[in-house]
Amino acid sequence: MKSMEKLVSFLGRIVGNPEEIEGPKRYDVIRRNISILMLLITIIPLVSMALINYAQYQSTLRREIVEPMKVLVNKAKNSLELFLTNRLAILRFVASAYSYDELADEKNLQRIFRALRQEFEGFIDLGLIDPKGIQISYAGPYSLKGQDYSEQPWFEHVQVNGAYVSDVFLGFRKIPHIAIAVQHSDGSGRAPWIVRATIDTKRFDQIISSMGIQPECDAFITNKEGVLQTDSKFYGKVFDRPPGILPPLTYEPFVTERVDSNGNSVVVAYAYSNRSDFVLMFVKPTASVLRAWYTLKGELIFVFVIGVLVIVIAVLKLTSVMVNRMKISDERRELAFREMQHSHKLSSIGRLAAGVAHEINNPMAIVNEKAGLMRDLIELNPDFPQREKFLALIQAIVQAVDRCRTITHRLLGFARRMDVEIEVLNVNDVLTETVGFLEKEALHRNIKLTMNLAPDLPRISSDRGQLQQVFLNILNNAFAAVNDNGSVSVTTWDHDPDYIGVSIQDDGVGMSEDTMKHIFEPFFTTKKGTGTGLGLSITYGIVKKLGGDIAVKSKLGKGTRFVVYLPKRREKGGETSNG
Amino acid sequence: MDDWTVLLVDDEKEFASTLAERLNLRGLRCETAYSGEEAIEAMAKNPAQVVVLDLMMPGMSGLAVLEVLRQRHPDARIILLTGMGSVSDGVKGMKMGAFDYLMKPVEIDSLMQTIREAMQKQK
Repeated sequence: MKSMEKLVSFLGRIVGNPEEIEGPKRYDVIRRNISILMLLITIIPLVSMALINYAQYQSTLRREIVEPMKVLVNKAKNSLELFLTNRLAILRFVASAYSYDELADEKNLQRIFRALRQEFEGFIDLGLIDPKGIQISYAGPYSLKGQDYSEQPWFEHVQVNGAYVSDVFLGFRKIPHIAIAVQHSDGSGRAPWIVRATIDTKRFDQIISSMGIQPECDAFITNKEGVLQTDSKFYGKVFDRPPGILPPLTYEPFVTERVDSNGNSVVVAYAYSNRSDFVLMFVKPTASVLRAWYTLKGELIFVFVIGVLVIVIAVLKLTSVMVNRMKISDERRELAFREMQHSHKLSSIGRLAAGVAHEINNPMAIVNEKAGLMRDLIELNPDFPQREKFLALIQAIVQAVDRCRTITHRLLGFARRMDVEIEVLNVNDVLTETVGFLEKEALHRNIKLTMNLAPDLPRISSDRGQLQQVFLNILNNAFAAVNDNGSVSVTTWDHDPDYIGVSIQDDGVGMSEDTMKHIFEPFFTTKKGTGTGLGLSITYGIVKKLGGDIAVKSKLGKGTRFVVYLPKRREKGGETSNG
Repeated sequence: MDDWTVLLVDDEKEFASTLAERLNLRGLRCETAYSGEEAIEAMAKNPAQVVVLDLMMPGMSGLAVLEVLRQRHPDARIILLTGMGSVSDGVKGMKMGAFDYLMKPVEIDSLMQTIREAMQKQK
């Protein structure tokens, strides 16, 4: 668990902390991190499982393939040894059953030889050799009597070991055969003599064919020098010497893999004979040995790849869905927060404005009355010096007070939200009336005024006068924004179950992002000197009070679109106080 | 009618005195009181026939004064001055028996007009 945490924090450090990254890149980082982590968590166990399975299957399969080969080759070796032991035993029997003199008598020997040939296959000849290595008597197809073997290595061998089995060799009849010999001493003081026989190697071929090997495999016998003692399917005829095939000497049957003289990778099972120089070999091409393994490996890899693919796709999809949801909820939260902040800001500005308006109103009322009194006094006195000039000055004061009064009035209107008179009305009608106020200006400035009013717009409960003010404020802004020959379009629709929509769009100068942030705040104006900066804040206040909402979209140089949403049904307990 | 007195009640002294002077210039006898309590006291001493009463005052509120005056001087015609946006207080006052209400800031001519109407209604 600890190490997992460490791993996670380590990964975290590698990929960077998303909390420190701002903007949409943040979600890319989160997405990447989650994907990497999930992929690691899912794929690491999968890979280790696959590797363990791979290794286990491989060793199991190998054992299952290799063991039978070993058993088979061992069995064949045992058969071979049994055969050789048996033939040596026969010779020993002959040597001990008959005396030297009996065997030296060639007639006797011929008889024994005939009996042997009848009972035991493979005997080609039989001979007696005296201790000096001279062939004393001989029964067989050749005339070898008197032959001197004393200089031959096998003679020495049999004198040392008591028995001898030769490699395969071709006799005069070009039949491969082996010679076997045993030494015997009858205890009469005569030096030990030797009985020697030759046997053909048909029996070898029988042993090999009894192994019942598959066609793509090969089995044969070699001597310890690697010379073939039987025909081989792959490596030539008897007496050939295929390079590199002979495995090192072992006392147990053994299986090894090597590359043979033909360049093929093969599995070789072999057994060294303990009683002779023969090595029994069983060769199987690796490809055929491991065919089952390769098939299994292919399936394993296929399943693994498909599994990884599925995991990767699932992880990526899941991460994407998750991060998108996170992003949406973040955005919603941020939007709600910003809206709350905005309305909070507006309401505190509104309270401040109301306070300021009240405080200013009273002194303004005094100024107004004082100026009024001055005018009264001057008007009552026809002889007042510079009467006209003073009257004009007083008029200017009263006008200035009037202007202040307008501002404070609007401020209070914004802050306190004037009374609402609710009636059931058609917003299309209100719009048409309101647009009527501006038709002259539109005509004069050649502004194209388009009305796209939804004919089936439901009637709603709202305040006609205040809606007019809302639309007039927005339309005034639109007219101020467009150049002569510009266009303003008014659209209404009914797509939402609870709200109807009104949009007023112009192709005027538009607003910057910064301006858009502030347009609903009181005293914010772009019409320097001519605007009070209250129009849209009042509009905002009215729309909110009517239970609706207002949104604006704008691009500098492209135009502005105001959208007003008005509720179809008026909620009970809405703000109607006018305190 | 010329011997009638108008009592102007407003906590803003400069405003009340100036307005009173202007009304005097126009031939009315106009007294001033600068709080609700003062107004009730003044009415007790020397009852006026028309009272111009500001609704927004510190201390006793305009509506409270109205209630007292309606009880003690049922004949007095009371014109209310309401602040901007507080139409509902004006309406409430009307229901309590005020003669009329005017929105502040008030034009001297419309105030004169309303006072005259109040005086004529008396008879």
